[in-house]
Amino acid sequence: MTVTDAPKIITGRFGYDDSHTLERYEATGGYDGLKAALAKSPAAVVEEVKSASLLGRGGAGFPAGVKWGFCPEGVWPRYMVVNGDESEPGTYKDRLLMERDPHQLIEGVLIACYAVGCSQAFLYVRGEMALAQERIAQALNDAYAAGHIGKDIHGTDFSVDIVLHWGAGAYIVGEETALIESLEGNRGVPRIKPPFFPAAKGLYLQPTIVNNVETLSNLPWILTNGATAFAALGAENSKGTRMFAVSGHVRNPGVYEVEFGVTTFRDLLYAPVYGGGIRSGRELKAVIPGGASAPWLYPEHLDVPLEAKTVGNLGTMLGSGAVVVFDETTDMVRACLRLVRFFARESCGKCTPCREGTSWLEKILARILDGHGRPEDLDLLLDVSDNISVGINWPPMQTTICPLGPSAVSPIASALMRFRDEFEAYIGSPVAITVPVKGAGFVGPVHEEVAADA
Amino acid sequence: MSRFDEVNLETAMEILSRYPRKKSATIPLLHLAQEQHGWVSDASMEHIAELTDTTPAEVLGTCSFYEMFKREPVGRYVVNICTNISCLVMGGEELLHHAEQTLGIKGGSTTPDGMFTIEDVECIAACTEAPCLQVNYRYFHRITHEGFDDLVDDLRSGRRTDEIPPHGTLARIRQHIPAARAAGPADPDTGGEPVWLTSHAATGAEGETSS
Repeated sequence: MTVTDAPKIITGRFGYDDSHTLERYEATGGYDGLKAALAKSPAAVVEEVKSASLLGRGGAGFPAGVKWGFCPEGVWPRYMVVNGDESEPGTYKDRLLMERDPHQLIEGVLIACYAVGCSQAFLYVRGEMALAQERIAQALNDAYAAGHIGKDIHGTDFSVDIVLHWGAGAYIVGEETALIESLEGNRGVPRIKPPFFPAAKGLYLQPTIVNNVETLSNLPWILTNGATAFAALGAENSKGTRMFAVSGHVRNPGVYEVEFGVTTFRDLLYAPVYGGGIRSGRELKAVIPGGASAPWLYPEHLDVPLEAKTVGNLGTMLGSGAVVVFDETTDMVRACLRLVRFFARESCGKCTPCREGTSWLEKILARILDGHGRPEDLDLLLDVSDNISVGINWPPMQTTICPLGPSAVSPIASALMRFRDEFEAYIGSPVAITVPVKGAGFVGPVHEEVAADA
Repeated sequence: MSRFDEVNLETAMEILSRYPRKKSATIPLLHLAQEQHGWVSDASMEHIAELTDTTPAEVLGTCSFYEMFKREPVGRYVVNICTNISCLVMGGEELLHHAEQTLGIKGGSTTPDGMFTIEDVECIAACTEAPCLQVNYRYFHRITHEGFDDLVDDLRSGRRTDEIPPHGTLARIRQHIPAARAAGPADPDTGGEPVWLTSHAATGAEGETSS
């Protein structure tokens, strides 16, 4: 077990009942990070965040400091948009940060605005998170009154407003360009990139930095303790700590802040301080490592570290840290259907392969579960999948503007490659699959690999 | 009748003042309309179109995209039961069926007495506490079937009115930016380079000591 004693960088205040109040925040070093930032030049703050190698915590994992550098010179104003529209099945780490430590997030937003030169910040919070909205509104009001936000912050000429903006229920709006569309008052339909990379043409077609709640929540600690201290934690390409949510068939489901890169899946699922093992003495069957679009992992992968590059090389991803655990009682065909149904429902409808394809995939799966599956349905599922995500790989080759459509392919390819026997049981006969699946992350059953070696 | 009342109109103007472009206030104003009536009517959308300098068709176009906006009356309590993956493997679908049987309606419908609407929803972000549900966007974790029955009982008898406002009221605390402290919205057409980028370019804040 490699459960380390890495500091709780972002969940350190969660033990206090009043962790969300300004009083508790200021009593525990709150707004010291902002003070440290204001004592440096904005460019120096960007450098600090780059040296920390803070990867985005929203799912894509792009280095935050590098993204900040993408805004074109001389194009003003710039905007900061905080992505608090967390809707990924299997995690709610951002909700916890917003409810329990809103000031930490606010301070992170201020540091980022100072560094990048953003004239206004919008804090987009998922509509269904009523308590988070209340806590953030209160925190903003208190922080304004205390002079931490608004005009001439801390007696300097750094001025920025943070506007709380409520979402209204749409998973796709978590995609950064759809979020920007929503902020402009439109349907949450993604924009094509290029040219609409937000740093180039974002909100109101101005340079815009979109950062995740957890990413920004790391900034106060980094500015107070230094990039070196942050980069001393974790592994080469996975610095610092991260929040992972472990749900499903573990004894202690929960959201845990762990040291990034060195903690393994085995630690996360079995360590007494984390998942505590599979419930009711059962066996692990499969695990979703990083949200609904991540190809599944299996018992043979337990010693893989929660490390971005390693997991990427396996053909899957850590995404936003949503780890869902299935024991031997799980019907994988049913699980597959439910994940595909999610994507079909949440499709914005713009791109034909996603709008049509995800619905067809859902219908075929529902038909199989209803007992009306045909042998040719398995190839049909993969053929439709290949039309959404050419080659059936992860990361996907998109035929679509955003990766939502291709995401629906992951549970299908995972389930078919590993649990074909369960589909065959529904269909009532053995079925050969002839459509090729390229992604290394779509792993076949272990005994087949052993047979190949023999 | 469905236009904003006096108090809400004032709130609407405050919300509008925070955005560089009026259209950005569309979703917050739709929430405000829903708070006033419990649902969003065509007349509300027409008023919002006037306030945001857009057309009713544009407001409807935006409104109809988002799950939370109800364009027909719903129950006093909207019960959202999650059946997405983490809740699925922890009995979420069974909980939904139990709710449907108990209340005598299917997901998507409202009880005849106007008390409850049930919805089968996507992940509501409480995955480690599965199976879970929301009532008017307030969380209830690890709900058993008996627990659900108790909750319905509580709601019918008014025992939870402090905790759970009627449908439409989302956050009960609003942001207010005091005029004296406001930096002001950044106009995309006229905004310039922020002053602190040049004034702090050398070593940091000049003459600034911790406040």
